[in-house]
Amino acid sequence: MSVCLEIKNLTKRFPGVLANDRVNLELRDGEIHAILGENGAGKSTLVKMIYGLYQPDSGSISLHGQELHFSSPRQAIQAGIGMVHQHFMLIPALTVAENIVLGSEPGNIHYRRKENEEVIRQLSKQYHLEIDPSAKVGDLTVGLQQRVEILKVFYRKAKVLILDEPTALLTPQEVEQLIQVMERLREQGIPIVFISHKLDEVKRVSDRVTVMRAGKTVATVETAKTTPQELANLMVGREVVLQVSKPPQTAGKPVLEVQDLVVAQGHAEKVRGVSFEVRQGEIFGLAGIDGNGQFELVDAITGLLPAKSGKVVFRGNDITKANVHKRTTAGISYIPQDRHADGLVLDFELTENFVLRDFARAPFAQFGQMHRQAIEAHAERLSESFDVRPHRIHAIARNLSGGNQQKVILAREVSREPELLIAAQPTRGLDVGAIQFIHDKLLELRANGKAVLLVSLELDEIMSLSDRIGVIHDGRLMAVLPGGQATREQLGLLMTGVKLEKEG
Amino acid sequence: MFWHILAQPELWAATLAMATPLALPALGGTFSERSGVVNIAMEGIMLIGAFFGVYAACLTHSAWLGMLGGIIMGAVMSLIFAWVTVSIGADQVVVGMGVNIFAAGLTTFLLNMIFGYGGTPTSTPHLPNIHIPGLSQVPFIGPVLGQQNVVVYIMLLAVIASHYFLFHTNLGLRLRAVGENPQAADTAGINVWNMRYLGVIIGGMLSSLGGVYLSLGLLNSFEPNMSSGRGYIALAAMIFGKWTPFGSLGAALLFGFSTALSMYLQGTGNISTNIIQMLPYALTILALVGLVGRSTEPAADGIPYEPNK
Amino acid sequence: MRRVLEGLLTPLVSIIIAIIIGMMVMLATGHNPLQAYAALFSGAFGSTYNLSNTIASAIPLILSGLGVAVGFKAGQFNIGAEGQYWIGSMAAVWVGYSVKGLPPVLHIALAIVLATVAAGLWAGIIPGLAKALFGAHVVITTMMMSYIAIFLNKYMVENGPMMEKGFTPQSPVIQNSAMIPKLIERTQLSWGLFIALAAVLVVYWLLFKTTLGFRLRAVGSNTRGAKYAGINVPLYMVLALFISGTLAGLAGAVQMLGVQQRLYDSFTSGYGFTAIVVALLANNNPFGIILSALFFAALATGGQSMQLVSGVPAQLTDVISGIIIFLLAAKKIMPVIRKKWRKHLDLATERGAQ
Repeated sequence: MSVCLEIKNLTKRFPGVLANDRVNLELRDGEIHAILGENGAGKSTLVKMIYGLYQPDSGSISLHGQELHFSSPRQAIQAGIGMVHQHFMLIPALTVAENIVLGSEPGNIHYRRKENEEVIRQLSKQYHLEIDPSAKVGDLTVGLQQRVEILKVFYRKAKVLILDEPTALLTPQEVEQLIQVMERLREQGIPIVFISHKLDEVKRVSDRVTVMRAGKTVATVETAKTTPQELANLMVGREVVLQVSKPPQTAGKPVLEVQDLVVAQGHAEKVRGVSFEVRQGEIFGLAGIDGNGQFELVDAITGLLPAKSGKVVFRGNDITKANVHKRTTAGISYIPQDRHADGLVLDFELTENFVLRDFARAPFAQFGQMHRQAIEAHAERLSESFDVRPHRIHAIARNLSGGNQQKVILAREVSREPELLIAAQPTRGLDVGAIQFIHDKLLELRANGKAVLLVSLELDEIMSLSDRIGVIHDGRLMAVLPGGQATREQLGLLMTGVKLEKEG
Repeated sequence: MFWHILAQPELWAATLAMATPLALPALGGTFSERSGVVNIAMEGIMLIGAFFGVYAACLTHSAWLGMLGGIIMGAVMSLIFAWVTVSIGADQVVVGMGVNIFAAGLTTFLLNMIFGYGGTPTSTPHLPNIHIPGLSQVPFIGPVLGQQNVVVYIMLLAVIASHYFLFHTNLGLRLRAVGENPQAADTAGINVWNMRYLGVIIGGMLSSLGGVYLSLGLLNSFEPNMSSGRGYIALAAMIFGKWTPFGSLGAALLFGFSTALSMYLQGTGNISTNIIQMLPYALTILALVGLVGRSTEPAADGIPYEPNK
Repeated sequence: MRRVLEGLLTPLVSIIIAIIIGMMVMLATGHNPLQAYAALFSGAFGSTYNLSNTIASAIPLILSGLGVAVGFKAGQFNIGAEGQYWIGSMAAVWVGYSVKGLPPVLHIALAIVLATVAAGLWAGIIPGLAKALFGAHVVITTMMMSYIAIFLNKYMVENGPMMEKGFTPQSPVIQNSAMIPKLIERTQLSWGLFIALAAVLVVYWLLFKTTLGFRLRAVGSNTRGAKYAGINVPLYMVLALFISGTLAGLAGAVQMLGVQQRLYDSFTSGYGFTAIVVALLANNNPFGIILSALFFAALATGGQSMQLVSGVPAQLTDVISGIIIFLLAAKKIMPVIRKKWRKHLDLATERGAQ
């Protein structure tokens, strides 16, 4: 097989970070080539350079022996490189056909609706990607939207297909369908670059794997001749120790009881009758694939979304109808998953963000007047003990790095000495050091007899921290398993909606 | 009594006449916002069109060239607005307000500077009314549709042309794509900035035509602040019309009807004219309250586009 | 300190550029810009009388500017200060002439309280609730309410209950007990100045030292974050518009009781619109508003004498205001230029190092 895309010594530097350090990659015709690496290993930077979104500082990219220099995705598309982004580049208000032809419409002035739809219909048959060209993209499921993205690539006559974390947002069934699509494309001789941090998928679908770690390509191996353990070791750079040191501990009284909770957003019911409880001194992990209602559930517990029916009981009191403020003061802390949108007021100083939840309470305020000294002292204390950098309490939150912003939120929520901490995706996008720090804090709360509800899309995080694990699928709680015993396979099945055999 | 009023063809003729200076800027706003630029500068751009329309008409002794002059100056003003909002990424609402204050000052300043304190000359040429042979003889329909100012017909044509442009051409598709998701459009190879400039400038030309109609079609002179809030009402008409040309026309007709009705009622002398004149403004608020929640604006409306973000 | 200086930089540069553009306009139209600006300056500051009148016309600008700034801080672009000004004026004048036999301070206080509440409700009830409950665009609703208020004012003095018999449409004169005394006789400058300065302090305290201000600013910066912080977002949107209207109404009241003493039939005061520019130039900082209100007041009073002396129409000052907003909103130009310059330097040093 001949080499199709070749990358040599590609380097990309961002202020303070060496995102890609002399990266090498060789893609052969007709292969599925996986790029495997942890979050932040530099996978996205690499593909963005291939696609012309970033320009490399040094190194070369060549396609069929011809060296390429892209300054925009347009040029990459013209050269025959197609990419499906992790976050789709689609326009929900337009139809499938409109989305696909956009930017390369046939004809001059008039938009040829019928003709375009027919062309897309043919195209979707050719690649076995069935879709209705006249449907509105906003009405499609995530899996179908991804099809539109792939069709968009082939409509532009791509010779190479890059899939950036394509399974992140898919349901297991959709993942299965995607894998079939990829295999069919391989049969048609189309080379695919497949980016992932999920070992099992990589193992299953790819011909060869290039492993990235800390901005470097560590190795390229034939998938068939390697083991998951070996890949994991390459990826992490050490023997994987997933187990967090977590002393055994018996849970106390229930702090949070959720009873048959139903949450609707618009017309759609996102949570359909969920019941569970979180007890003192335990971490309850909620596992699930994104979009299965876990975040709506959390928003209903914290009061950001109204419950349609069911009950939320906190320390014996029914708080189903209470507003956010009442729940907060009652002792619920919350680390929201979208820290920019919910957790911080980015244009406020750190002092103000540190008291975002308690600004109206003593000692920070009295009779409606805020006490600057108390607020500043509080900020100093938190900034110190959580090592927030820069260590300037009057800095504007917007100017902090993601990890430090998350520390501000964590510091605020933990320092409130809550009875219950709800942490939604608390480590998303953070580096290893920050993740460790946050995990330690969650365990500390547990040791102090507080209740923790951890919601995460990372199964490893859930498995290493939780005392009990609840699995949510399609708005329903599939099962609650003991943390030490649940296996990845069990959880995986539950997350995909497969019920386990009743055991005991 | 009320039915009697409604049976007057003059009322409906006036409705159409008064809807025109709302429909044109509403159409203009539709172009601008469909491309993703919130445009509250229509009020100011109408004034620019109205003033320079009269000025060019006086200079050239031709109402047609006056119209052209007004539209060109409206386009120039929009170009500046587009530069600041699209290229530099400044706050669109604040800059829009700046345009409005600037235009109000500039036109009054130039009015006094060029024409002195006596106002624009009465000899200013006028955009003609058109009698459509045949149609103007039909009872009821004739007086309503058959003998309006030429700009009214241009407006009706513009609505149809805009609908065709936005929803049935490749360029229209691109313009809408940019207003919905500029990043997606960018990766599809569309120049986001060009599309937004296009939307804002077409919008400015239509808005300034609305102003030209006020000064050269209706009044035959320029008065300070003669747009009297129509740019804002047009904004409401655009929202009410769900960012579509025909919807904008429909909403403009509704507001135009209230203006026509208030003009008609003023003639009857029962109620204070000042109270009646509040009608279109009050109706605008009512329309917004009753409908906004249910209409969806272009997804990227008002957000400056910064790539790599 | 550095922040204060940096905060002053953009407004000053904008003013200077706008003045230069004004000069070019004058040159283009065959006027002597130096003469015109000199006339403007002396008209604004040249004598005790002129200076007093400049300060006097800064008073309503400070108050309505504060109103716009409070709205801005809470994310509500209240461009209807003009209408709220008229509502405040009507209420103040009505209390001023119809209530009789009150001691002066009490009469003034009553007029002011009624005027502010009326104007606050004018902004809070319809635009506020329409925004909070239906998401209606505040820019449109406040502007529509503004026109309605203006027509209401015309109605009141032309053929409504506040009309005084006679040929000119105007209201009766307010009682002596309702008049805010003059600070300097035979000028327009009244003790209202201290009301305006007090309002500056109160607004500063309110915005930055109270939980109410914290809530308003949180709603203005990030509504979702505010909701997460346990703040009743719709309530504070309404409240922001209410307070905003209150201040614009206070501007009207102080102007009526201190200067005009009766309601006239006029289409706009102009204060409500200039208030937007005042707030923007001050970057919504209450103390900055004093300076920027003085600046625009000087343009207004000086503009008249500029017109008299050099024949340049006074509306040139409106042109300058518009240009200033433009430049302020486009303040991103400066960082863009600076960044390009820095990149240029970086490249140069990198090349030098290699």
